[in-house]
Amino acid sequence: MAVIRDMIPAFELFQPTSADDAIELLIRYGEDGWVLGGGMDSFDWWKERIKRPTAVVDLVNVDELHGIRTTADGIEIGAMTTLTEVATHPELLANYSVLTDAASQIATPQIRNRGTIAGNLIQDTRCWYYRGGWPCYRAGGNTCYASAPTAMNREHAILGTSRCVAVSPSDSAPALIALDAQFVIKGSRGERVVDAEDFFMRPSVDIERMTILKPGELLTTIRIPSTWAGATFYYEKIEDRKAWDFALMTVASAMRINGGVIEDLRMAVNGAAPFPIRLEDSERVLRGQTPSEEIGLRAGEVAIRDAQPLRHNDFKLPLMRNLIRRAVRGAGV
Amino acid sequence: MELWRRAANPWGQEVLIGISWDLMWAAVFAGLAFTLAHAVWAKWLAPAASTDASGGSSVAGLPAQILRHALSERVFHWVMSAAMLVLLVTAFAPVMGIQFPWVTIHWIAGLVLTATIAYHIVHATFWQDFWAMWVNGADIKAGVAELSHMLGRNGTEVPKAAKYPIDHKMFHHGAAVSGLVAIVTGIFMMLRIDTWLGAANPYLLNISDSSWGVVYVVHGISGVALFGLIITHIYFAIRPDKWWITKSMIYGFIGRDKYEENFDPARWVIPGAEPQQEELVPAGVGSPVGGVDDAAASAGGGDPAAGGGDGPAGGGDATPVVEDAPAGGDDEESGESSSGERTSEAGGLD
Repeated sequence: MAVIRDMIPAFELFQPTSADDAIELLIRYGEDGWVLGGGMDSFDWWKERIKRPTAVVDLVNVDELHGIRTTADGIEIGAMTTLTEVATHPELLANYSVLTDAASQIATPQIRNRGTIAGNLIQDTRCWYYRGGWPCYRAGGNTCYASAPTAMNREHAILGTSRCVAVSPSDSAPALIALDAQFVIKGSRGERVVDAEDFFMRPSVDIERMTILKPGELLTTIRIPSTWAGATFYYEKIEDRKAWDFALMTVASAMRINGGVIEDLRMAVNGAAPFPIRLEDSERVLRGQTPSEEIGLRAGEVAIRDAQPLRHNDFKLPLMRNLIRRAVRGAGV
Repeated sequence: MELWRRAANPWGQEVLIGISWDLMWAAVFAGLAFTLAHAVWAKWLAPAASTDASGGSSVAGLPAQILRHALSERVFHWVMSAAMLVLLVTAFAPVMGIQFPWVTIHWIAGLVLTATIAYHIVHATFWQDFWAMWVNGADIKAGVAELSHMLGRNGTEVPKAAKYPIDHKMFHHGAAVSGLVAIVTGIFMMLRIDTWLGAANPYLLNISDSSWGVVYVVHGISGVALFGLIITHIYFAIRPDKWWITKSMIYGFIGRDKYEENFDPARWVIPGAEPQQEELVPAGVGSPVGGVDDAAASAGGGDPAAGGGDGPAGGGDATPVVEDAPAGGDDEESGESSSGERTSEAGGLD
């Protein structure tokens, strides 16, 4: 069992001033390197001695990773932009409010002032068996303590599991998927751009990583196209208490409604699977339909038809179904 | 290089959780190093083929094509091979950085392998000669002689082999042990994942974390052992000088010339063909096995007991099967030779 101690074990601290220098350092240290953004997820790991990097690359001085820029095709958010900056940015508030809604509900004001948008996306799962340092599949071990019949798994996944049943804790991820965002990743092989829904790793593919980022790679920018600017958005976060908690489930949607009909939409949930899920089947049900309680319910039923609840989380099935119904209702039912 | 991966379990005990992936690279290196060394040796250093002093026997009545692997054996071999390759790829490719959803494919391939091995065990036990693959004294002598010859002792004469030479038998036993261990441990490990057969329940057998660690380690060791074995197996299968054996696993047959060149007729008896000692043939007559017609001509007059007893076809009535159109035969071996080796199917038509 992990024990929190006062002192963090020593490591080499680097504070590069450019993304290229940071990447060079990350390549040099590989698996032993650690990217420090806002530090909101890092310090727990270090103090509990579960993660012990030999080198920490602090990105605080990399100016190119900070800030929000309007481009010809939408908007770009630097990876080190704080959640408060995202939640209060006028352009985002005006045209991409699903993201500002999400960012403003993350954790606490203090954490939002310090935590970054990239950190919220990349943060590790909150499964307490994994966080407790137990040798589960995700920690490189050979079992999942959370899926056992006797496990405490109320917050765990009902979809997309493969050995690991932990969920992604990112609140901003479903909003960015709904906005059809793209993530810019830089590494030793140059730059690659991936869709938001492809950024998150499936445990069936690699059970030890939450994202597709490899050692030596850096998420530098989030690009939000103007495609969905000004659309009808819906975001809802369900937590055990009204604030300052991790989500049990979140839903985000972006809809184009014309003449009372859903012309097009993108919808995503998080907290249901080990990765944020884009609800393409539900989107198919809703596309071309007039928003109504019935069609919302049907879209919700479609979304949960493959769900396999654990011992203590079958409440997530009606929760997910109803969140989708509420997202449709939010579109103007 | 580390051998094992360890971690502290929830009770703070240091337990095994699996093999170190260094062992996988060690198996790859060992397999490739062996094949490279063998290729160099075979190309530039191998001594000339030895002459078998005791191999003066020749066979009358041999068909032109001799059935080595019946259809059922070949189907078994290739299904098992496919399952094994899928298992190795799904086990090790993700570790090597080629990532894909491998778990479901892996356990399904494992069940296919289990089914094929179960079939093979039953088939070999009740319908084939179980002991045909067993290593006996003659095999050991042949193996030692072969090794001496390979080491350059040119005076050493290498006896011809039974149906399965000792290197084939050793590979079979290595693969069998590794495969069975992987199967048994793999079935246990399936309790820890969701499958179509049931949900994961790691506590079903009430096995301790340390015992589970041993299961994972043993599974890993058998996996890397199979990895190395399969590398060498594929290497020998694609070597031009061994291609005739590989083809026999595809088409079922080997040529008469390969049989006479490589196998001891007394240890791999072909029904309908009669071993003869060369010294029994009057000088100047020449080999009685010059062709089907010659063989047929000599078969009637040959000594069916040359190998030390009655051949399975009875004395002197070994009529050769029509060339290129071997008839009859199924996958079941028949009869015992005088030397205790099983006879093989002759002229099988699959």
